[in-house]
Amino acid sequence: MTTKDYRVPTIMKQGKVAPWLYVGPALLIMAGIIVYPAFNTFLLSFKNADATQSAATACVAGESCWGVLENFRYALTSPIMLSAFRNNLLWMILMVGGTVGMGLLIAVLTDRVKYEALAKALIFMPMAISFVGAGIIWKFVYTYGTGQVQIGMLNAIITSLGAEPVSWLSEPAINNFALIIVGVWMWTGFCMTILSASLKSVPTEILEAARVDGATEWRVFWKIMVPIIMPTIAVVVTTMVINVLKIFDIVYVMTGGNFGTEVIANRMYGEMYVSHQSGRSAAIAVVLILLTIPFMIWNVRRFREQEAIR
Amino acid sequence: MTADRFKKVLGGLPTHAVLIGLCLIWLIPTIGLLVTSLRPFQDINQSGWWTALSPPRGAEEYSQTCGSCHGSDGKAIATADLTDAELITKYSRSIKLLAMLKQEVEGQPHLEDAPMPDQQRAADIADYLKRISGIEARPRFTLSNYVDAMMGYRGRTTYAQDCATGEQALDLTCTASDLLNPRGMGRAFLNSLLVAIPCTILPILFAAFAGYAFSWLHFRGRMWLFALLVGLQIVPLQMTLIPISRVYAQLGLNGTFVGIWLFHTGFGLPYAIYLMRNFLGSLPRDLFESAYLDGASHWTAFWRLALPLSVPAIASLAIFQFLWIWNDLLVALVFLGGQKPVLTYQISNMVSSLGAGWHLLTAAAFLSMALPMIVFFSLQRYFVRGMLAGAVKG
Repeated sequence: MTTKDYRVPTIMKQGKVAPWLYVGPALLIMAGIIVYPAFNTFLLSFKNADATQSAATACVAGESCWGVLENFRYALTSPIMLSAFRNNLLWMILMVGGTVGMGLLIAVLTDRVKYEALAKALIFMPMAISFVGAGIIWKFVYTYGTGQVQIGMLNAIITSLGAEPVSWLSEPAINNFALIIVGVWMWTGFCMTILSASLKSVPTEILEAARVDGATEWRVFWKIMVPIIMPTIAVVVTTMVINVLKIFDIVYVMTGGNFGTEVIANRMYGEMYVSHQSGRSAAIAVVLILLTIPFMIWNVRRFREQEAIR
Repeated sequence: MTADRFKKVLGGLPTHAVLIGLCLIWLIPTIGLLVTSLRPFQDINQSGWWTALSPPRGAEEYSQTCGSCHGSDGKAIATADLTDAELITKYSRSIKLLAMLKQEVEGQPHLEDAPMPDQQRAADIADYLKRISGIEARPRFTLSNYVDAMMGYRGRTTYAQDCATGEQALDLTCTASDLLNPRGMGRAFLNSLLVAIPCTILPILFAAFAGYAFSWLHFRGRMWLFALLVGLQIVPLQMTLIPISRVYAQLGLNGTFVGIWLFHTGFGLPYAIYLMRNFLGSLPRDLFESAYLDGASHWTAFWRLALPLSVPAIASLAIFQFLWIWNDLLVALVFLGGQKPVLTYQISNMVSSLGAGWHLLTAAAFLSMALPMIVFFSLQRYFVRGMLAGAVKG
C-alpha cells in the first residue's frame, strides 16, 4: 500500500527510555479505558445482576435456562429484545436506504446548480447539532394537540387537508418511521458529502462520450456513475449500518423506547442504569459488538484504502 | 439560440424544484424551533409558529363583531374606550363579556342586529381586548424564553415577571448567581465547556506525543504497537461503559469531571494517534534530520517543529472531537448524570419532566445548538474534513 520509508534517521535514535515517555501516557489511558473494560464486559456477561455469582444462579426452576449463558438467553430471546432487534432491522433498512439514497440524489442534483455550496451546507447542517437537539426539533414537528389548534407542523398540515390529527410518536404502526425520519434528516448530509466528492472524481470525458452517443441522463447515472462510485457507496453503507446499530439518543429523547420503539442500545442502557442488571446489559453489549465488528473491520480497511488513493 | 436556451432553462426546472424543495424540508423544522423559542409562551400553545406574523388571536373576530362601532383601534366611542384598561378589566373573561353584550345600551340591543358571538369567539375577543388595552400586551417576539431557560425557571409566568413581583421560586435569587442554578441551561453550558475543552485538549496532546514517537522515535515493537492502537478504533464505547462505571463507583469518580475527562480521552486517543502519526510521519525527513544535526533534542524538535507544523491536522481533529463531546448524551448520562448536568442531559431531562413546556424546550435546544452552528458555518472546511475522517471511529 505504501512505499514510504518509515525508518527513523540514525541520528534521531537517542535514548532507550525517552520513546516510552512519549507513548506511555496514551498507552496507559487506553489500556485502562478501552482494553481492560472491553474484556471485563465479556466476563460480566456471564455473571448475575450484581456480578457476584454465575449467571446460571438467575435461572428459575421449571423455565428454560441456558446456564452460564442465561444473560444471552435474555439478550437473544426475550420479547423486549426481539422487538428491539426487529426495530433495529427496520432502522437499518430504512435509514441506510434513506440516507444513502437521498444523499446520492442530492449529490447528483447539487452538481448541476450554481448554489451548490449553499444547498450542501443546509443539508449538512444537522450533522453539527446533537441528536438531542434534533430530537426536540422533530418532537415539535410531530406534536399532537388534543384540542382544535395543532401547533405541530405535521398535524397542522394533515388537519388542514381534512384528515384527523395523528399522535405520531405513540402510534405503534407509525412511531418507528417517525423516528427514522429524524435519523435520515441528520445523516443524509454525511452521505451526500462523501458521495458528492466521489461523483466529482468520475472522469467527465466518459460522461460526455456517453451523452454524445445519445445515452439519457438516467442511463448515464445508472450505467456509468453508479458502477464507478460503487466502492464509495459500499463504504458509506457500512458506516451507516454501524451508526444505525448503535442508535440511542433519538429513541431515548423522543420516546424513551416506549410504545414499541425499543432499540438494542437503549435496552442496554436501560438494563444497566434503570433495572440494574449489569449481567444482562453486558450480554446485550456483547451482542451489539458481535453485530458491529464485522462491518467495522471491513469498513476501517476500505476507508483507509480510499484515503490512500485520494 | 433563444429557443435552445429556453429549453435548457425549462429542462433544469425539475432539478431546481426538487433540490429547493429538499433544502426547505431540511431547513423548516429548525426554523420552526427558532421562531417558537422567540415567541411569548402564551402564544406558543395557542397558534402554530407559522402564524407568528399574522394578526393576533381575536383580531378578526373583534373587527367583525365590534369594529364597525368601536373602530379598528377601539377608541371610536369616547364613553366606551376599549383601550381603557380599567374598563376592560371588568370584562376580562368571555362570560362577563357575553353578559355585558346582552344588556341594552340606551334602550337598544348592544349589538343591534348583529348575531351574538358564541363562547369561543367571545373568548377570542376578550383576549384581543386585553391586548389592545395593555392589560396583557405582549410583543410578537421576546427573549424571555432564553432568560427562563438559562436561569432554570420553571414557573407559570416568566423569570422577569416573578422577580419583579418578588414571587420567584425558593431556588432563585434574581441575581446573577441564578445563572449557576443547577436546573438552568447557564450552568449546563458551563459544564459542557468544562467537559468538552479538556476532553479536546487532553487526547490531542497525548496523541501528539505518541504520534511523534511513532513516527520519529525508535523503539522496539513500534510498528505492531501502532497497528494495535489503530485496531482499538473499532471498539464501540458501549462495550466499556459497564465495567468503567463499576470501577468509577469504587473510586468515587462517578459524577466527577475527572471521570469523564479520562473516559473521553481514552476513547479519543486511537483515532487521534492514528491521525497525528500519519500527519507527522508525512513531514519531510530532512527537516528533522537537520534539526538534530543542529543539536536539537526530541523535546525541542517536538515543541518547536512537530507541533507548530501539525496545526492543520490538529484543527480538524479538535473541531471533530469538541463537537462530538459537546453533542454526546450517552457518556454524560452515565458518568455525570444529574450531578454535573451538561446541555444534552439537561434538555433530555426537561423532555421527561416538563412534558409540553415548548417555550423552555425550544430555547434550551437552540442554546445547545448555537455553538456547534457557529463552528459549522465559520469553519466549515475543517469541520467537514474532520467529520468525514472521524465518522468511521467507534
